[in-house]
Amino acid sequence: MSQEELRAMLASYAERALVGGSPKARERHQAQGKMLVRDRLRKLFDEGVLFEDGLLAGVRRDLPGDAVVTCVGRIHGREVAVIANDMTVKAGTWGYTTFLKITQMQELAARNKIPIVYLVDSAGARIDDQFDCYLGRKAWGNIFYNQVQISGVVPQVCLMFGPSPAGSAYVPALCDVTFMVDKNATAYLGSPRLAKMATGEDVTEEQMGGARMHCTMSGLGDLLVATEQEAIEKARDYLAYFPDHFESKPSLQPPRPPEDGPRPSAVVPPNQNTPYDVRKLIRAIVDEGSFFELKEAFAKELCTGLARLGGRVVGIVANNSANKGGVLFNDSSDKGARFIWTCNAFNIPLLFLQDISGFMIGSAVERAGIIRHGAKLLTAVCEAKVPRISVMVRKGYGGGYLAMSGAPTQPDAQLALSGAMPALMGPEAAVNAIYLNEIQALPEGERNAFIQAKREAYARDINPYDPADRFSFEAVLDPDDLRDDLIARLEIYSRRAIPRIDRRNGVCPV
Amino acid sequence: MSYQVLAPMAGSICRIEVAEGDAVKEAAVLLVMESMKMEVPVEATFDGKVAKIHCNVGDLIDQDQLLITLA
Repeated sequence: MSQEELRAMLASYAERALVGGSPKARERHQAQGKMLVRDRLRKLFDEGVLFEDGLLAGVRRDLPGDAVVTCVGRIHGREVAVIANDMTVKAGTWGYTTFLKITQMQELAARNKIPIVYLVDSAGARIDDQFDCYLGRKAWGNIFYNQVQISGVVPQVCLMFGPSPAGSAYVPALCDVTFMVDKNATAYLGSPRLAKMATGEDVTEEQMGGARMHCTMSGLGDLLVATEQEAIEKARDYLAYFPDHFESKPSLQPPRPPEDGPRPSAVVPPNQNTPYDVRKLIRAIVDEGSFFELKEAFAKELCTGLARLGGRVVGIVANNSANKGGVLFNDSSDKGARFIWTCNAFNIPLLFLQDISGFMIGSAVERAGIIRHGAKLLTAVCEAKVPRISVMVRKGYGGGYLAMSGAPTQPDAQLALSGAMPALMGPEAAVNAIYLNEIQALPEGERNAFIQAKREAYARDINPYDPADRFSFEAVLDPDDLRDDLIARLEIYSRRAIPRIDRRNGVCPV
Repeated sequence: MSYQVLAPMAGSICRIEVAEGDAVKEAAVLLVMESMKMEVPVEATFDGKVAKIHCNVGDLIDQDQLLITLA
């Protein structure tokens, strides 16, 4: 063949591969408001694909790309590996070459230490290929095996544009974060049709595993977005807070003052029992526009998110008294632990804003295992080796104080605001515990006055100055001075070495 | 369509801010519970009307107990 003919042949194969599925499949896909995979990549990258592996895989079997695009491109100037299902080719299912492409791109990212973004839109494993792909050492399960090996080495981000059923539901679960497009993303181990057959349950796809369900109830989703465009923008924003891999640090940005709005002292109600939205306090102290909340609709009593303080990235864990009084539950313990692990993995310092009356009590939560869930949060805090600053904003009671990175868990600093109330428990519970016998010995008519006097005396003892006198706090601060103090401390604490512990793993409660 | 407002956590009823028949806007506080020594406001999740109030001030409430029906 002549050079011209060779060139034409290559171009025709490439063109065939780049188009994706059949015109009918592409039309059906776009009619659902979904972008074609190549359009998604154009939006995700600064300037298109740098290189692609396996463009011609499947092209002679009428399976362009074998239903997946694996490539490298740049986001904010940094290289990122992408694994993107093509729903228009055989419903984005995983065949044998699909699996080879996915695992090879994962290994490329791990070896060369660049983040991975998974663009998920797939009907899952291709059942007709199961005997090649299911059982042996080289099989679909390697995708999850790789995700686990890579976890904490480079960031792994999942964008769910469509389904990810059955086994493939572990792809979002094993990523650091998963952003889900409302009404299109779904994940479940068994489909509604399967559930109907197996147990008789009658539910819709949305009820079984819709994006809204996962972002509000199961906790699989980290962010519910309205459109694919929004998911892509959020992924680009998210990665800006992370280094490329665990041995490097997040980038510094020029510092920006907090947004215009009430000062911290005007945001926090002095009455400790009055709820307020802690996100107002966060916005009043961090750099303008830098707060990126994760799992905002799940276990809202604990707020988690990334932000910048004086240009430096910080992960924030804050009790939010606007929801369930800010009390810690099972789900909020899970949420906090996972966020701490994510920050610790990637050299992101942690800021804890404590306003906690404790872990929830009662037989319902005990039966649901609140002790082991709380122990998990405590484990994550105690294992965290990145710089860690804790601030007692209002209440700091009991085990909740410890799980929120209290001084005994060895943060770099435990600070207190001037309205802080550190104690093992509040006045009501404490007086009842300490004086139960005396109260019962008193005549009925005298009890209330006795209890009231003891409560007032106990409440007077709860203040930040006795602990400051004993040097239990590094500093007691006016709320309006907090930001500057944090910036100065983070600058210094970020210089220290991050220790490693020589062991295989702790035995973490779950 | 009616919607059941359930208790977010165990506690007691501190104040009830609405009456049956009231029209309420999304995010309006319907009642305030007390739990773990914190005030816990319970809000409307959409614009609607208070069809029935199923609790009284001082009642002890379990998590997920029915508090108010909105219509």
